[in-house]
Amino acid sequence: MPLKDYIGFCILIALVLLMPHLVANDYYLGVLVFTAFNCLACIGLCLLMGYAGQISLGHGAFIAIGAYSSGVLTTMLDWSPWTAMAAGALASMAIAFAVGIPTLRLKGHYLAMATLGFASIIHIIAVAATEITGGPAGLLDIPRLGLFGYSLDSDVSYYYFAWFAVVAGLYFAFNLVHSRVGRGLRAIHGSEDAASAVGINTNIYKIQVFALSAVYASVSGSLYAYYVNYIDPGPFDVMHSIVLVTMVAVGGLRHLWGALIGAVLLSLLPELLSMAAAPLKVIGIAYKPDYDILVYGGILLLIMMFLPEGLFAGLASASKSGTAFLMKLIKGGSIVRQ
Amino acid sequence: MSGNDLILELKELKKSFGGVVALDNLSFGVKRNTTTSLIGPNGAGKTTVFNLITGYFGPDSGLLIYRDRPLKGEKPYKTASLGIGRTFQNVQVFADMSVLENVMVGRHLRSRTGLTLSAVLPSFLRPEERRIKEEAWHWLEFVGLERFSDMPAGALPLGNQRMLEIARALAMEPELLLLDEPASGLNSRETIAMGELIGCIRDKAITVMLVEHDMELVMEISDRVAVMNFGRLIAEGTPREVQEDREVISAYLGE
Amino acid sequence: MTDWLQFLFMGIQRGAIYAMVAMGFNMIYNATGIINFAQGEFVVLGGLMMVSLTMVMDFSIVFAFFLSVGFVTIVGILMERLTINPVRRPTVLRLIIITIAVSMLFKGSAMCFWGKGSHYMRHFTEAQPLEIMGATIMPQTLWIIGILILVVIGYVLFFNCTMTGKCMRACAINRDAARLAGINDRRMVMLSFALSAAIGAIAGIIITPLIQMDYARGALLGLKGFGAAVIGGLGNSMGAVAAGLLLGTIEAMAGGYISSHYMDAIALVIMLVVLFARPGGLFGSSEEVRLKEF
Repeated sequence: MPLKDYIGFCILIALVLLMPHLVANDYYLGVLVFTAFNCLACIGLCLLMGYAGQISLGHGAFIAIGAYSSGVLTTMLDWSPWTAMAAGALASMAIAFAVGIPTLRLKGHYLAMATLGFASIIHIIAVAATEITGGPAGLLDIPRLGLFGYSLDSDVSYYYFAWFAVVAGLYFAFNLVHSRVGRGLRAIHGSEDAASAVGINTNIYKIQVFALSAVYASVSGSLYAYYVNYIDPGPFDVMHSIVLVTMVAVGGLRHLWGALIGAVLLSLLPELLSMAAAPLKVIGIAYKPDYDILVYGGILLLIMMFLPEGLFAGLASASKSGTAFLMKLIKGGSIVRQ
Repeated sequence: MSGNDLILELKELKKSFGGVVALDNLSFGVKRNTTTSLIGPNGAGKTTVFNLITGYFGPDSGLLIYRDRPLKGEKPYKTASLGIGRTFQNVQVFADMSVLENVMVGRHLRSRTGLTLSAVLPSFLRPEERRIKEEAWHWLEFVGLERFSDMPAGALPLGNQRMLEIARALAMEPELLLLDEPASGLNSRETIAMGELIGCIRDKAITVMLVEHDMELVMEISDRVAVMNFGRLIAEGTPREVQEDREVISAYLGE
Repeated sequence: MTDWLQFLFMGIQRGAIYAMVAMGFNMIYNATGIINFAQGEFVVLGGLMMVSLTMVMDFSIVFAFFLSVGFVTIVGILMERLTINPVRRPTVLRLIIITIAVSMLFKGSAMCFWGKGSHYMRHFTEAQPLEIMGATIMPQTLWIIGILILVVIGYVLFFNCTMTGKCMRACAINRDAARLAGINDRRMVMLSFALSAAIGAIAGIIITPLIQMDYARGALLGLKGFGAAVIGGLGNSMGAVAAGLLLGTIEAMAGGYISSHYMDAIALVIMLVVLFARPGGLFGSSEEVRLKEF
């Protein structure tokens, strides 16, 4: 991992530690916990989209599988939250293999449609299988997560725990990217023919990464279930999968930091918009949370058309050319002085 | 090893694409530790031969025998693991990756670490990672690109990209190396350097097979030359023999 | 024992819609090699526009029909001109994400203009069901079947008997060769968006009296239409029509005989099974799919 990324990690950890002191309000701390869940899912999705070059429009389904495994196994079978979370992750991995093996051997983006169909099926099951999932009414009384005999009851403790999971997930992802496997993936993205000419089995790699990204999503779903202690099918619809893709694409497909930034910005965006509702009303625009989809769609469209590498790469190149411009000014200035 | 000193044998290969015959009963052999050039007018079917050997597609009929064993439609990643390396006519470097990383990808088959271990351990705790880097560096020096190691490969000029592709293939430590028009698009100075490099590769006891249009280069570096026209072999022999062959002269000059 | 006939009518009615959505997918796929994720939204826009024109503005059905189709066609052309055409050196991944973004914008706009509720629309002709062999059929279903037949005939005539249609087919087979022959391939892309928006709109208009359109239906309609396109073989529009009718019928039978809760899921499961087992479609060769990618 390059030095730059270690510095990035230090900044991230410092911000995570600092935030609870800046945000006194419990509501906003809760928003940051939800942000952490999105970040975790987006890190996995970024590995799939940016490094294996495939889109999944069904990651909401893996989040649902994680959440419902945790919910059902803890409330109905009295499993410990940790085992239930592991079971959910294993189930997600198995399903990812089942969906990925047939579709990823085809060229192109069949995975996108297969996952979209799969996510719709999962959502229909969550609504219709009332005996297991509780149907539209949902599952109640999901326990809190405990850590070394210490229950993570308060928002602050869960905040630290969720962000610790994000940092760990990001750390694993970075290690992977800068390894033999990660180089193989980037090679596939560069040229599939050349990658197989040096002996990389491109299909196996794509499938493995898809399964890994499913595990990230599943864990984020389990953590969500243990935090809100109540789940219903609402948050796991197809729209959520598309919002995740939006987060990764807006931040930058090709870079894990980009995905993280995209996830944070778009998770906080609805809060920012509802804060902006009052001033907007003054100038005659009645903003409602319903309009969020328009804002998301608009941002995604603009980024994809004008900044296809995403915000992170866009900012990086802007700062680079900015420095170059400054250097030129300084040099130019010195010439004038001479 | 058997008494056979042929590393690769093509027997009556046929291949057509939607009615267009690309290879028509092509047979010839490649001797171990030699440099063999495949020449012929455009569209003679030379690149098709390479794509068949490396498994990008299978022949309609005929046999490919590599190291005394027939190849049965193995996929490209599989032929690579059998020790066949290749470069591409339209260079295919991994443009977004650094020059050194490109060569490190070439070490793929000579290293083991899987997904789980890669994710858990950071690179400085994996001794294999350092080994890969050192070996990649060695092959980068071999082709003389070490001063560009940190540059993105896509930013190199074409001549250096071709060198880089060869370094990446060499990092696999192949037994048989297929070079598809290594000098195409190079200026005369770069072409001379390419000729020297191919000579050095043969000195490493690697069998080289190349498709090339630059006759001066071909005649200088080849031990054997095979000439194709319309998917058929029309001559095979030492550079001198081929140069004097009547059919070859007529194929190239036209009658 | 007339249940099955009842379900068959139901299935053909749904299947006709899937068939038309699938034809729209194929047209854009053939011209550009991408799947347009906003295809389902064309159906919704067509249906909702028709509701406004007939129920609020009180226009006649025929006039409102052509006005709605024209409106959605213009939306399709604008989509291509403003979001697809300006992108230089596009990758397939990028274009797909762009169509996803556009679909979000369409869905959001539809919600703003027409609200979240579902909208009733009067039937084309009288709403009294007819009785056939003990099963009932709505006159609207007959309209749907008739219009599907007209669309298919129009499609065949257009692609086989007009110069523009032949040019579009040439582009689909080999874009570079078509360009060398002097065909403006960029214009063909625009035309494919216009036509597939129009077909989507027609589908939305004819189904609205039976299902009560709302803004959120696009995703599922689009997905099932894609299922029909896959089952028929991506790019093969006549296959798509057969597959759409088949999918609709299986879905209606399964909904009737097995479980209505899982009716939507069954169509999707069939789509996944075909995608996994015969990605070239039921009517295409498996060799063909190797050449196709999106």
